[in-house]
Amino acid sequence: MAARTLTINGTLISARSNETVLEAAREAGISIPTLCHLDGLSEVGACRLCLVEIAGSAKLQPACHTTVTEGMEVQTDTPRLKAHRRAIVELLFAERNHICAVCVASGHCELQQLAVEVGMSHVRYEYLSPDCSVDISHARFGIDHNRCVLCTRCVRACDEVEGVHTWDIAGRGTNARVITDLNVPWGEATSCTSCGKCLLACPTGAIFSRGSTVAELERDASRIATIVAARNERW
Amino acid sequence: MEFQDLQIMAEQERSRRKAIRIHCCTSSGCQASGALELFHQLQAAVEAAGQNERVDIVGVGCMGFCGQGPMVSVEADGVLFEHVRPEQAPEIIASLDGGPCNVKQGDHAHPFFSRQLHIVRRNGGVIDPERIEEYIAVGGYQALYHVLHEMSPAEVIDAITRSGLRGRGGAGYPTGLKWATVAKSPGERKFVICNGDEGDPGAFMDRSILESDPHLILEGMSIAAYAVGADQGYLYVRGEYPLAIARLQKAIAQARKHDLLGSQIFDTSFNFRVDIRVGAGAFVCGEETALIASIEGRRGQPRPRPPYPAEHGLWGYPTLINNVETFGNIAPIITNGADWYAGIGTERSKGTKVFALTGKVRNTGLIEVPMGMTIREIVEELGGGTPDGTPVKGVQTGGPSGGCIPEALFDTPVDYESLAEVGSIMGSGGMVVMDATTNMVEIARFYMEFCMDESCGKCIPCRTGTVQMYRLLSKISAGQATAADLATLEQLCHLLRETSLCGLGQSAPNPVQSTLRYFREEYERLLRKRVRINLTSR
Repeated sequence: MAARTLTINGTLISARSNETVLEAAREAGISIPTLCHLDGLSEVGACRLCLVEIAGSAKLQPACHTTVTEGMEVQTDTPRLKAHRRAIVELLFAERNHICAVCVASGHCELQQLAVEVGMSHVRYEYLSPDCSVDISHARFGIDHNRCVLCTRCVRACDEVEGVHTWDIAGRGTNARVITDLNVPWGEATSCTSCGKCLLACPTGAIFSRGSTVAELERDASRIATIVAARNERW
Repeated sequence: MEFQDLQIMAEQERSRRKAIRIHCCTSSGCQASGALELFHQLQAAVEAAGQNERVDIVGVGCMGFCGQGPMVSVEADGVLFEHVRPEQAPEIIASLDGGPCNVKQGDHAHPFFSRQLHIVRRNGGVIDPERIEEYIAVGGYQALYHVLHEMSPAEVIDAITRSGLRGRGGAGYPTGLKWATVAKSPGERKFVICNGDEGDPGAFMDRSILESDPHLILEGMSIAAYAVGADQGYLYVRGEYPLAIARLQKAIAQARKHDLLGSQIFDTSFNFRVDIRVGAGAFVCGEETALIASIEGRRGQPRPRPPYPAEHGLWGYPTLINNVETFGNIAPIITNGADWYAGIGTERSKGTKVFALTGKVRNTGLIEVPMGMTIREIVEELGGGTPDGTPVKGVQTGGPSGGCIPEALFDTPVDYESLAEVGSIMGSGGMVVMDATTNMVEIARFYMEFCMDESCGKCIPCRTGTVQMYRLLSKISAGQATAADLATLEQLCHLLRETSLCGLGQSAPNPVQSTLRYFREEYERLLRKRVRINLTSR
């Protein structure tokens, strides 16, 4: 595998030729905010938080979906990108009912951390306050659509790692919802193996284990990558 | 089938024609105003008058002047009847022998007809789209024969490149370059897809082409498949076009029967199969990567590009995706030569463009005009201005991805670059005319509502940004917004343009930005004024 040399924020770094800008940056200790990305899962480039500027390209490119090239000049932290990231996080907070004070994931929530990271002090947009349901028909887990950010990490973890595809998306636009099987209550979704990988993958408190109380839900999303790596290396 | 067989079929078809051919439009537009009943009444009238030996009633595709439908034309003497009611059928038949006729007659010399140049729509209103023999009688499938027997794939691509043809789906990507990329991309197999998921409000060009001349599209796709090395094609048509789908199915069956689709076409080693895939009502499926996902049986959502479908398309294979109208230009280019095509239009936009002229305009319908014609010529000469003579305020081109062009800029020629310069796009060809009574804030709100409803929900800026923009526009429209709201709206325009995943989100701000650019005072007039309290005067 050939190596490539590129510049990120003015610093020369090296990367493997098949790596994405995101992987190369993280390896070099440069942080780029992400939400829909999760190590071990395929990339969808949907959250647009990891957009970076690449010299010679007028369009912003998602770092998670862009392969490094020789001599590439990447900027990850310009005022323009920072403004966009903050706006995107604000839009997410305005979209559903994210109330940290009563959330099982508060303190361990990626969305909460993102808000701090991008410097969100308030939300400029009108709160949409949609009427969302909570499904606790499953014996061990629950899904609270109020907290879902539609990152589809649960969908991909279930499909790609567990190989089941219990989760998917129904509806479109802001009315899209993650669903189990053909939009039946989770407890009635016969394909679900109750493996809990969706719980590991969920960045917010949307998917929770029914045992945890407020601000108690700690998860290790990196276990998904560990499982995938273990399989690939025929552990 | 051999070339001679084509000629024999054409000859047989011509010789079985009766002395008088009466064309009755049976496309969706005219059907909606009763054309099918009229068609049957015309047949009955011929029967009743004992004219069966002399007169043939032919159901044809779109004649273009949809606002005047149902339309009937008599081929020999070129008489054109408009707004024909079924009970007027006997009158029309009687008029063939000089009988009195009070049916409203159209005028071929009218600028609506005389200023047009038909390339893609040349068979519209002339042939019966449900009979392959009629297409062959006007020279159909000869271009395909010529290509398969006398041209190498590289020569075909070269001809398309030299013609200067650009994608008619809206973005105007050079067609020859796209073909060359697919041809050069390595892959065990390749696919050709025709994008017939026309969804812009007010646009019906592709529907009309598919309904009026389905074999033209099949021939174009076959030539493309030969050029890029594909053996399977898909026609993706939106489910809202049942007549187009039915006629395409019929056309595919006929072409297969005559070995013009299938294996060893024209006794060469070229094989090509075409199947129809029907869209289920998602506007975003017109975006090429979402369309591919839909054909694959997955949820119709776009994915980031690159890789482009030309390299990594349907099931991962190199895939050529072109719009209906683009494929419609292929056979004429092969028949008449690349230089002929390159001689039409402007420096960088060649050929013609079909527009659906609608809105506050006297002559509603489909027009095909050479690139470079000005918007003023289209709206005022072909369109005849507004129905009540009030001044035109602007036109909207390119649907929810396009923009509004004010009357002051009507001397802009219609070509890809000029339209982009004034903040709109060529788009697929919708052209909605607006008069002085049109509220531009409402127009922007309408298109934003469309984008909001049609957002797939995959990327955050488009999914939630369109909702916020729609709410802000509603607030402005209701007179409850402040200058700060307008500033937020403009920031969101910028955000969606720069960060959305696909073209739908990236271009969703266009109607807002273009109306803000040219009609900003309409927005500002609606803003809530800040109340100033003068404390010092007490």
